[in-house]
Amino acid sequence: MNNRIACIAANTFREAVRDRVLYNLIAFALLLTGAAVLVGQISIEIEKLVVINLGLTAVSLFGAVIAIFVGIGLVSKEIEKRTLYTVLSRPVRRWEFIVGKFFGLAGTLVVNTVFMAIGVFLALLYVAHRWQKPDGWVLVALYFIVLQFLIMTALALLFSSFSSPLMSAVFAFALFVIGSFAEDLRGFAAMAKGVTHWLASGAAYLIPNLSALNVISSVAHGEAVAGRLILYNTLYALLYTAMALSGAVLIFQHRNLK
Amino acid sequence: MSAIEILGLEKTYSIGFWRKRPKRALRPLHLTVEQGEIFGFLGPNGAGKTTTLKMLMGLVFPSGGSARILGMDMNDPRVKAQIGFLPEHPYFYDYLTARELLEYYGQLSGMPRKECRSKVEAVLRQVGLPDVSGLQLRKFSKGMLQRVGIAQAILHDPKVVFLDEPMSGLDPMGRREVRDLIQQLKNEGKTIFFSTHILSDAEALCDRVAIINLGELRGVGKVAELTANMHGKVELIWRGAAVPASIRALDAEAYVSGGTCRAVIKEEQQDRAIDALRRDGLPLVSLTPVRATLEDYFMQQLKPAEAPVEVTA
Amino acid sequence: MTASKRVTVISSGLLILFLLGSVLTLGRVDRLRTGSSLQDVLYITSPQTVKRLSLGYHGLMADIYWTRAVQYFGGQHAAGLEQFKLLGPLLDITTYLDPHLVVAYEFGANFLAPKPPNGAGQPDLAVSLVERGIRANPDAWRLYYNLGFIYYFEMRDYAKAAQAFERGSHVPGAHPFLKLLAANMAQHAGDIQMARMLWITTYESSRDKDIRRNAAAHLRALKVDEEVAALEKMVNDYRQRTGSAPTSFAQLISAGMLRGIPVDPTGKPYQLMSGGRIEVANPDDIPFIVNGTPPGYKPPTKVDEKKLDAALPRQ
Repeated sequence: MNNRIACIAANTFREAVRDRVLYNLIAFALLLTGAAVLVGQISIEIEKLVVINLGLTAVSLFGAVIAIFVGIGLVSKEIEKRTLYTVLSRPVRRWEFIVGKFFGLAGTLVVNTVFMAIGVFLALLYVAHRWQKPDGWVLVALYFIVLQFLIMTALALLFSSFSSPLMSAVFAFALFVIGSFAEDLRGFAAMAKGVTHWLASGAAYLIPNLSALNVISSVAHGEAVAGRLILYNTLYALLYTAMALSGAVLIFQHRNLK
Repeated sequence: MSAIEILGLEKTYSIGFWRKRPKRALRPLHLTVEQGEIFGFLGPNGAGKTTTLKMLMGLVFPSGGSARILGMDMNDPRVKAQIGFLPEHPYFYDYLTARELLEYYGQLSGMPRKECRSKVEAVLRQVGLPDVSGLQLRKFSKGMLQRVGIAQAILHDPKVVFLDEPMSGLDPMGRREVRDLIQQLKNEGKTIFFSTHILSDAEALCDRVAIINLGELRGVGKVAELTANMHGKVELIWRGAAVPASIRALDAEAYVSGGTCRAVIKEEQQDRAIDALRRDGLPLVSLTPVRATLEDYFMQQLKPAEAPVEVTA
Repeated sequence: MTASKRVTVISSGLLILFLLGSVLTLGRVDRLRTGSSLQDVLYITSPQTVKRLSLGYHGLMADIYWTRAVQYFGGQHAAGLEQFKLLGPLLDITTYLDPHLVVAYEFGANFLAPKPPNGAGQPDLAVSLVERGIRANPDAWRLYYNLGFIYYFEMRDYAKAAQAFERGSHVPGAHPFLKLLAANMAQHAGDIQMARMLWITTYESSRDKDIRRNAAAHLRALKVDEEVAALEKMVNDYRQRTGSAPTSFAQLISAGMLRGIPVDPTGKPYQLMSGGRIEVANPDDIPFIVNGTPPGYKPPTKVDEKKLDAALPRQ
């Protein structure tokens, strides 16, 4: 069982790596980090601020785009191209397929993030000429970004297991945007009354709370991130991801592959 | 133990968004395939062949009925290790090389890594692709892809092989090669179940065939017996430029080309026709029985008004 | 159970389990983040930049910032911090994104102008905000009213207050009090009647919960101020009539001046102190009162929301 999952994961990773689109996105993100260095030269004090803010935002946005686009193709493309049929006619369980795909893409995103992070740290070194202690928190911000990716990947996989690539993209992007404003949605819900209040609160808790995983601006100001926050955010991301994956497994289990 | 037992498999789809209309893709199908046979599953496009195969593979869930493969229920995971499947118009991960693809499939089938390597080379040679293991699949021609498809279906040495339209898109040479390959597999003791709408292939290869149309089984049996049931015709060739009126009166198809005439008449009428030629003084060149082809049988079975022919199962 | 059924059951169970887990964990994360989220809110302080970034969806962005302003003020209020430095910029951005969000200007008028802990203590900022609102919404009579309000209460500039009320009274649909306020300003500026009229107008014309609650609390405090002044006058009259100060309300009752023991709006009896002063039993329970507090009394720096809620009429 584990062997098959690892096999599918490795194959997914290989596919992502050989897909040239990925390289373009990474290159673009690195370019953006470079641009941040230039932009930051407006004022010496805010150089570092701009590098971290722009760099991390680029990593977060581009990674999300990759997570969504590749994630959606994970199942839909396989059905479209009928590669799935030959896989499932073997002793591979349907759920193993989903889980393997997830780990493959997650692995790709982690590796991606590592490369982009190197770019950000190099830019940081360039503008500040040395690393300082608060820079360690940038690593935490990156870790949170990776957690965001896990959630987006699982969601893209979930949508991909039952709807067409176009609709999956729409849903996934919508959730990404709404999830970034999750705290505001909860604010709305708090102000509403009656049925609206319950509906909005329900929605606010169901959508992925990506805003909670965004500590970019506080890290840019050199602020520390509380240990308990790290713990609970990790827990939340893992639970939410697992929930989306369970959904994907459930749906895929019953899907007629016409 | 039969290789495949299909026990009333059926599939009905609901079409439409608001008012769901049922569409019967496959009526309850009963079919048995013995081990070591090459079994042809024939029918026009949209007859239900692919639906049947997909149900057997567990890709589509039947509306009713069940099936057993090698004595085990078709959904049993142990079955999957003993079968191979080639889907219609297959398409593979085009960023992989042939070797990488087959090794991937081999590992998924549970083959240990070392064994994988050697088997992959062997099977590529067997399907006639000895030199391409390092080439990316996106560069393969249709015929090469088809062969890779067969390779992945037989890589793990399955006992039963399912092929959906294995000859589609191949040129005559490619078709010949695939035919030889299928025969080879039979010689290895495997059971082959393949669907096709090209009757000449089925005629040449199959031990038995089933004909399906509009989701319904129209006939099952050995090729020879199915065609033998049809009333035979004889072909008459004589030298001359004219077709005697008496022959024309027999309601036969007659062709004249150059100095030779050719007519196809019913077997019972052959004596009368020979007499007619003798009377008119036209020299007989040959008298040959024309065997009904599978195509004739097929076209006859497709006529909806007639009841399906039941021969030996 | 077939393998397929097993997978279905297990994955359904896991789905529900993880869903509950993620909701619970999210609650925890929320509690940990309440303080830090505000920094993110105002990372971008330039209204123009925010407008550009909202890609045309200004209305929605305005609503989002408005929500944050309300949450923030609520949060700050409860936390008792004396510096609302972010409220002004928040409202600036909100109104820049949507100049017609009248309630945002009102909110600014009610909570930017007063001194801490009841507000940000920035009346000038409040005035410029409301003036901007008036320019964008000349038909919103409430804004003129809010302007007059700030001038009256926080800046004690009665002339400008009258001017604002006068301008507003011409707008169709304006509250009739505006004309009265403008007309009486010259003579009665500083009177308790003026104050009451103003707070009633605020209470009746606003639909915002925080603003109404604030106004109700002020009205209640005015009532206490009046009652304390009336009671002290009564004590004085008694002393003049009988030659000695009363020592308890019972004496006033038997003198026919009172019908029963007077109670304050919280239901507790007023205290008659030696020297003829009247005090409320617990001044902390009734925010905003001026009379009836013990000498040297300092109102609490933290305004308790529950005490404010008590001022609202019971639903």
